[in-house]
Amino acid sequence: MNNSITSNIIRFIVLLLVQVIICNNINFLGYINPYVYVIFILLFPVNNNRLLFLILAFNLGLLIDMFLDSGGVHAGASICLAYARPLFLKYAFGTMYDHQNLKFGHTDIGALIMYVSGCVIFHHLIVYYLEIFNISQIILLLKKALFSSIFTVILCLLLILLFKTRK
Amino acid sequence: MQQIFNFVIRNKTLLLFLLLFGIALSLTIQSHSYHKSQFINSANSLTGGVYGTVNSIGQYFDLKEQNLILVEENVILREQLLNSSGRNQSIAIDSSFNDQRFEIISAEVYKNSYNSPNNYLTINRGKRDSIQQDFGVITSKGIIGIIDNTSNKFSTILSILSKKSRINAKLKSSNQNGSLTWNTTSPYFAQLEDVSKFSKVKIGDTIVTGGQSAIFPKGIGIGKIESFTTDSTGDTYTIEVRLFNNMTTLQHVYIIINNNSEELKTLENLNDE
Repeated sequence: MNNSITSNIIRFIVLLLVQVIICNNINFLGYINPYVYVIFILLFPVNNNRLLFLILAFNLGLLIDMFLDSGGVHAGASICLAYARPLFLKYAFGTMYDHQNLKFGHTDIGALIMYVSGCVIFHHLIVYYLEIFNISQIILLLKKALFSSIFTVILCLLLILLFKTRK
Repeated sequence: MQQIFNFVIRNKTLLLFLLLFGIALSLTIQSHSYHKSQFINSANSLTGGVYGTVNSIGQYFDLKEQNLILVEENVILREQLLNSSGRNQSIAIDSSFNDQRFEIISAEVYKNSYNSPNNYLTINRGKRDSIQQDFGVITSKGIIGIIDNTSNKFSTILSILSKKSRINAKLKSSNQNGSLTWNTTSPYFAQLEDVSKFSKVKIGDTIVTGGQSAIFPKGIGIGKIESFTTDSTGDTYTIEVRLFNNMTTLQHVYIIINNNSEELKTLENLNDE
């Protein structure tokens, strides 16, 4: 239990710094930046306190907003993802989630890919909707969301698999 | 009463979600309206400290380029100095009117962004360097933006690459006024709107600041005309301007302090009443 708390605190800080220092300066093809900080929300322990989870997700998003001067865009998207996460968990992992014994360390790769891409696309759609805030630019919105989702999904999967605890 | 408490306890996750999402939404809406001081911004010691540390490492990578920019600027200044000497010497200057109208402070860019609809820069000067909201920011080549939020040591700049910014600008050749906006597509181009159809517009002409506000002095470079189209109403031109500055690689900037700005503002307020 103690181990889980420390690892989550470290993950929070490291992902925040990686996002702000490295990932926001990639600007692939001029405008595509991956938002890897969603890994924190994706990998937060499942059977933990949901209120704490919501507050932590909100704070992470707010800190990212502070660094990016983006108002409340990332805070809004993070809190939506944190609230909607059980849906994605149920959809991707099915019975394992129902029995409350889900550990991200040993799940099969197909389910993990489904889970990560579902969550990331949901998160990015909200980010770009709030950022552009104009329904008449829906094509631009979808284009941006799609391309950076692909980038984020690939990076997130690589990072999750790289730092997976082996047992 | 009991039932209300039960309701709150049963739906506490949903209620917390709605509360936090409401906060985030109001912050977002606030950030989309012009000139409301943002509550969450990168002009504070936490973000400034992190960006400062990163910048102290990153600045070494483009020293060569920055040196070239400095030399270019020095060449221009030297030429102006040599050509102006001997022109003003015979005029006796009354020392009581010799106060400087504009002062300039240099600053370093800690954070730069150019891919969202509203872009902000963070610089390492703040209130203790007497920086205030609505000061203009330029480089040796042209304008960058306007100071938005300030803290003690840091400030954020609302870049001209922003849907919110409208800057008074004019054609250098014919003095026709327009306002500079950005359509969020490319960081190398901005748009000059509301230029009267009676003006002569030529591709390659220079666009400079108009000097109708207290923020920028007259005649600071903005860019060159790349192309122009007639507006949908048919009365005005919309001009595509290729910016002199490369907004993606900014390192050293200058902040313009207009010592007359307070006087101008009170005068304008008097006129409004």
